[in-house]
This record gives sequence, structure tokens and C-alpha cells, in this order.
Amino acid sequence: MNKPIPTSADGMSRVDGRAKVTGAAKYSAEYNQPNMAYAVLVGSTITKGTVATIDTKAASAAPGVLAVLTYLNSPKVPGHIPTKAQKPSSKSGPLKVFYDNKILYNGHPIAMVVADTFERAQYGASLVKATYNKEAHDTQPPKNITQGVGAWGGKDFTKGTVDAWKTAPIKLEQEYTHPSDVHNPMELHAIIARWDTPDKLTVWDKTQGTQATRDDIAKAFKLKKEDVQVNSQFVGGAFGSALQVWPHEVAAILGAQVVKRPVKLVLSRPDMFTSVGYRPYTWQKIGIGATTDGKLVGITHEAVGQTSSFEDFAEGPINTSKGLYASPNITTRYKLLSLDVNTPTWMRGPGEATGAFALESAMDELSYALKMDPIDLRMKNYAKTDPDNGKEYSSKFLDEAYAMGAAQIGWENRQAQPRAASQNGWLVGYGMAGGMFGAYRDVAVIKAMMKADGTLTIQSAVSDIGPGTGTAMVLIAANKMGIDAGKIKFEMGDSSLPDAPMQGGSATVSAVGSAVHDACTVLKEKFQQLMGNGGTDKPDYVKILKDNNLPSLEVLTKSAPGPDNQKYSMQSWSVHFVKVLVHPATGVVKIDKVACVADCGKIISPKTARSQVVGGAIGGIGMALMEEGIIDHRYGRYVNNNFADYHVPVNADIPQIDAMFVNKPDPYINPIGAKGMAEIALIGMAPAVANAVYNATGKRVRDLPITPDKLI
Amino acid sequence: MSDKKPIIPPNGEGISNGTRRDFIKQTTVLTAVAMAPGTVVKAASDHIDEQIAAVFEKMPLKMEVNGKLQNLSVEPRSTLLDILREQLDLTGTKKGCDHGQCGACTVHVDGHRVNSCLTLGVMVNGKKITTIEGLAKGDELHPMQEAFLKHDGFQCGYCTPGQIMSAVACIREGHANSEGEIREYMSGNICRCGAYPNIVNAIQEVKAGGQTV
Repeated sequence: MNKPIPTSADGMSRVDGRAKVTGAAKYSAEYNQPNMAYAVLVGSTITKGTVATIDTKAASAAPGVLAVLTYLNSPKVPGHIPTKAQKPSSKSGPLKVFYDNKILYNGHPIAMVVADTFERAQYGASLVKATYNKEAHDTQPPKNITQGVGAWGGKDFTKGTVDAWKTAPIKLEQEYTHPSDVHNPMELHAIIARWDTPDKLTVWDKTQGTQATRDDIAKAFKLKKEDVQVNSQFVGGAFGSALQVWPHEVAAILGAQVVKRPVKLVLSRPDMFTSVGYRPYTWQKIGIGATTDGKLVGITHEAVGQTSSFEDFAEGPINTSKGLYASPNITTRYKLLSLDVNTPTWMRGPGEATGAFALESAMDELSYALKMDPIDLRMKNYAKTDPDNGKEYSSKFLDEAYAMGAAQIGWENRQAQPRAASQNGWLVGYGMAGGMFGAYRDVAVIKAMMKADGTLTIQSAVSDIGPGTGTAMVLIAANKMGIDAGKIKFEMGDSSLPDAPMQGGSATVSAVGSAVHDACTVLKEKFQQLMGNGGTDKPDYVKILKDNNLPSLEVLTKSAPGPDNQKYSMQSWSVHFVKVLVHPATGVVKIDKVACVADCGKIISPKTARSQVVGGAIGGIGMALMEEGIIDHRYGRYVNNNFADYHVPVNADIPQIDAMFVNKPDPYINPIGAKGMAEIALIGMAPAVANAVYNATGKRVRDLPITPDKLI
Repeated sequence: MSDKKPIIPPNGEGISNGTRRDFIKQTTVLTAVAMAPGTVVKAASDHIDEQIAAVFEKMPLKMEVNGKLQNLSVEPRSTLLDILREQLDLTGTKKGCDHGQCGACTVHVDGHRVNSCLTLGVMVNGKKITTIEGLAKGDELHPMQEAFLKHDGFQCGYCTPGQIMSAVACIREGHANSEGEIREYMSGNICRCGAYPNIVNAIQEVKAGGQTV
């Protein structure tokens, strides 16, 4: 219980840190090519209808403009970007750029100007004029949202009796909403597309999966996979926004085809709101009931998530209620609501972050109704096996996490009565909430090569959006090989390197890290065989290579999950504790103290793991207090599509954050014992803040974000 | 100058169309035609007239970037940020919003922190620019770079150059006297990965170390 709290200086620093602090790290837009041209997109100014006329004459004649692409003159993409929808649907699927004159949302790309400089492309784009045949649009979720929502969102789920919560002596039913949140990584999505020959393409592209992007581009342009090279050495954050190929990427590739020069396309910040997905607006209703001593009788969790008119995007907000607590009766229903908007996508803690806001708010409400401590209520309903499928957990130490977090935040100072504590004229409140997310392991291949000078090179196609993949991989290899981390180089972010999954779903260390572990195991054994006599545990690699006249020794190892990954329920767990101060007159919320505990198996890289949890908590603070993509529904257009108006946390909003780990290896998920932590770092943070705000003020805000106007 | 009549293109349209650029194109081409008719008329049809006009539209820009004098010819509308990234290949300075809202493009102009996306290149004529690439002394990192490394003041690294340039200025300005003050004066630099507490720790360490920054 009394583990020291990790500090920002603990652990090995990032292997790519020096490149990042010196400006040497190069992101996708930073590989300028000889004779490169620049592209700027023009978006529609209406929300639904068709383009009637499009005048590109002035733009085409503008200085330096090389081409103006529209649906009228653009080469057609021979194939299609495959849909990410989880089920076939009657909708047309991912947007086909410059395909026809239909307008599906405000900002729909209608033209692209390619010029010899960025400034000239931007000016040219301002000269493109379109007229439209407008149709009535709908971007606003209806008041009575369950009416008329019929689109697929997954099968209704029942465990035990349907809606059993209604029979409980203590019960409540409440609705919760959160608005569309936009990933807004600091790096603008960018691509440089270069046709090496008419059927060979190289791109430098912001992507969370170099090979997934390669495959999708190859499909769309009917190219051989091996003729598409995707480079993504450094990715300036993504949080889910770079998990698929978007229309702007296709547009840049088309542009390069037309002007026969490499083309760079960097989205603008406003473009980021309509071009690369977002966490969808979601309405939720929780019915929850318990016995008078706090044993859950039933949970019913309904959700309706926003999607686009042309593509179904579904996620799992209701999964939280299937799995977080040992309720004998669980009912879930999930539907999609189609609006005239761009398609949403996965955003950090996809589904579960949304679901946890509703369920963990409702659990908090229930604790007050029961006059029970929120932690006691959770422990009373602690799930020892997976309530969804009855499987045993591969590992679960959430109870320890509760205790660690409570001790760190000073939970004993929490007043059971809301609005009962103040400090220097500010109301004081404490809140907590938990999170869970599936722990996965995918197939990955690693090439590991020991050279004569004793340096080890490890290769994987994986890309890194910031968590510190390279650092974790080097630490795994150093540990396995028994050599200094400084002698190990991890090469990545290149689709031609050995197979790796996308960096998503908190699964990179589990998949690629296991492959590094397995490859190093095999490589070390090879050295031991060369030594003979069973070798030693600490082979002298340089000497063995020299003795055997070998310039190097390498292995290519494929690493895959085993039967245990099916046998057990595998989850990562987290709990967030928050102390807030709320100004009674202005409704300003200050985050005063945060303690987060992650139960995500063994911690591979202490420094970067801590940063990841801190960062997730800050993302959750944004979700709780400020983030909201606002559309003016009269026009269907975002009105806050920039960093001045779409607020994300800044330094002044954030106190020191205590991030802690249970740090017990999971014995079954993979050979390294590590589960994912990216999603659970955020999941549960928003309800923890909301619960703390209630404790401080007695006001329950069920519609995020918790802005001051909702508290006064 | 008053005795010189403006050259009106033969069709009389060039200037009335309102673009200074068409005027330049036509006048320069006309002048050239007088000297070497055949080749230049052909050049105009190959859009070389555009290239000639582009030269006249540019302005000279002399600035010292990371200790090196740069003699450039830039369009007046080019921002310092785009000049650094696209013309000088100094891509350490980042574009995060292009509207002065995120701080990723922070550089030092004569020692002061400035959003290079809100600064036209021509505004820094004769000034000294320091970008993230110019902060270290050869292989020896600046103390702030060392502190960011040690305290993991970043994840993806994209806002990092701007954060570091701001952090150095924050200390120089005398705005790093407490955790609260640092947070306030570092709030123009957004970090979406959420490295703020680590950034504050890094700045405090450098401040406490008392090194000259």
C-alpha cells in the first residue's frame, strides 16, 4: 500500500527523446521532396445537397497554380477505401473524394488546389467558387432521441431478467449526454504523396498503422501492396484519428497523379474538425437498482450514438455496464443516429470512456441514495469473474487500485454530504470513478539482428503516436538479451518492415513487445547453440560472432496469442480520484488534486507509462470540463473549429497528477505480463470529475462538459 | 518619378483588372520583348512570365537564423513559420494551428518568444531568430532540453520545440518563480498528450539549477 509515488524523473528516458527535444524528429509533412507541390482543400459551405456549379477559372489562372481538382475533372479512384463499419450497411460507405457532386456534410471537400508554394495554393483555394442546390439538413440530435432511431448499433443484450433494476428497493434512472469531442492532436494530419512510377507510390503520412494504410491505399488505387510504401517515422499524437485512410489522403495521392510531382497536403486546424473523425455525440440512459445494503439488482444501459448519413460507426459505450460490476441482471441497448455530419471514429477509450461517464455517474448517484461510500458500493459489487460471459479474469487487482488511490487523494477527508466542505471561499469536493478496457494481443513479427560491434537492431512496421513504443521495446530487448539499452536500436514507422498491427486499442506493447521478447529469446538461444554446452545465461555476443566468423546474426520471429487469450477474460483496469474546488459564485471548477491508479499488468517502461497515465487523466479533464464541438444547427457548420474556441486543457488548468501502478504481471495474456494502459488512462476520469463536482456543489451535471454556467 | 508615365499594356486591360501582378508580368515581358522578341514571347506562353513576375513580387529578407545569416527573397505574405519550414528546411518549428492559438511554432526573435505563424517573414528583417535547432551547443544539449528529457516533458514530441522555446523565455522573463506562475506563463503552449506537470517539473529544475538559459 505504501509504494512510493513515481515521479517524472524515474525510469529510463525515451530513446527518441533527444530527437524530439532538438527538433530532429521529423513528422509526415517534414519530408520535403524535390519539385514538391502543395495542395489545399476547399470544403463545401452547405451541409446537404449538390454542387450546382463550380467555378475554378480564377483559381486555375492564379499564380503558381498547377491544377484544380473537382468531381468534374479529377481522376476517379479505381477502388474504394474499405469501410470500417462493423457490419455491412445500406449506406454508401467512406466518402469518395471528388467522385460526384453530392454534399454530405458541411466542409465536404469539393475541390483541391495544387500550386508550387503553400501560399499560392491557399490563395488559389480562396478563389474557387461554388453554387449549390441546397437540401434541408439535420445535424441536431432530436429531443426525444430514441424516437425514430433504428440504425444498427449491435444486438440488445440481456443477462438475467430484462430491466430488473425496476424491481429494486433503491433505484434511479437518469439520462446522460456528452457532445462530440475532437481528437485534435497537435500535429495536423498531413501527407506527402509521391508517385515513383505510374504504379508505384511512396507516402509520408500521419498514420497509426503503416501497413493498414498501405493496404487500404493499395486497395483504393488497385496497386500491389509491395508497390505502396508508407512512412510514418514520428506521429504527433492521434488518439484514434489516424486509424484509417481519410479523404484528404486520397486527394493528395490524386493530386500527385495529376500534376506529376510530389504533393504535400497539410490539413488546417478547422479541417481537423470535419476530416479525421471525432468522438461522437452520445445519449445514454442508465436505470440502476440495488438492495438497501447496496447489492446491485440490475443495470439497464441504453445508448444512442451519432454517426453520419453515409457510414455507420459503432462503438461500445454499453460494454462498461456489461463488465464492470457483478450485477445479476444486465440489459443493454445501443442504436445509431444518422445525421448530416462527417463520420465519427475511435477516440481514446472509444465507447468505454462514454459508457463509463454514464455508469460511473449513476453509481455515484446510487451511493448517495444508499448513503454509502462510493468505494464501498463498488467493493460490494466487485466482479470476481466477468459478468458478461462468466469467464475468469486473467488478472484483476482493481481492489488494490481503489485502496492505493483513496490513500493518495486523502479520501478520508471527503464529506459524505455534498456541499459540506469549503476552503478559502471555494467549495471542496472529492470524486472517484473506475474504468475498464479489453486487454488484447495481436500477431506481430520482429526482426532482430546482433551485429559484430555488439549493437542490436530491432525492426517493426509499428508506428508510435507518442506513448513511447521504441523505449518500451528497447527495455524489453535489453532485459532479455542482458545488454545495455544504449546498444539497442529500434527501427519502426515503415510499412516495409516486419508486420505489426495498428497502434490502437492499447495493444502495442502486448503485441509488438511480446514479439520483441520472443525474437530476442530465439536470438539468444542461437548464440547459446553456437557456444555449445548449453551456453550461459550471459553470452558474449561480440566474441561468439568473432569466433564463428559471422558479421551478424539475425532472426525473424512471428509471435501470436495462444489459447489462454480465449480462455480468460482479459481486461485492464483503472481508477481515478479527483479533488476539485468550485467557486460558488462563478461556477469555475479547479482541479486541485488527482490520483490515478492503473492495474495493467507489468510496467515495462516506468517513465513513459507514468506520462501516459498523466496524459490520459488530462484528456479526461478536457472531456469533463471543456471539450465540445459545437455546430450551429441552422447551418450545420462548426462554429468553434479552432483552438481559441474549442477548449482543451492548458498548463494553468492542470495540477500535479499522481499516477500509480499496481504493477503485477498478468500471467496469461503474453510472455511479458503487460496489459494495455492508453485507454484506461482516460476512461473514468470524466465521471470522477463530475462526481467530485457533485460532492462539492450538490449539483449533478449529466450533460458534458461541466462548464460554469451549469453550476450557477 | 512624376515625369514617368505608367506603361499601359496595349489592350489597356492589365491594370484595370486590378492586379499589380499582371502589370508586372506584362511590363517585364514587354521590356524583354524589345530586347529578344522570339525567345521571350515563347517564354510567356510557357508560363515563364509567371516566374519572372514572381521574382518582382518578392521582397528581400535578411535575417540571422541560429547564428547563420540568411539572405532570402520571400513573398510578403509568407509567414516566418512557413519560411523556416518550407524554405530553410528547419522543420523543428511546428505548425499546429497557424493562428497563434497553440504555441507549437514558438521561436525566439531577438531573444523574445514569438509565435512564428503570426509573424510575416518581412517583419523580422535584420533580426536574430533562434529555433529549436539552434538551442543546443553542438552535441551538448541546452539545460532545458536535458530537463525535458529527464522529466519526460512530452509524449508525441510535436509541441515540444515550442514548449522548450517558451520555457527558456519563461525563465529569462522572470516568470518561473513558482509552479503557479510557470503554469500561467506556459499556457500559450498547448500539449494534447498532457505532459503539463512534467513540463512544469522540467522548468522548475532548470530554474532551481540556476544555469544561464
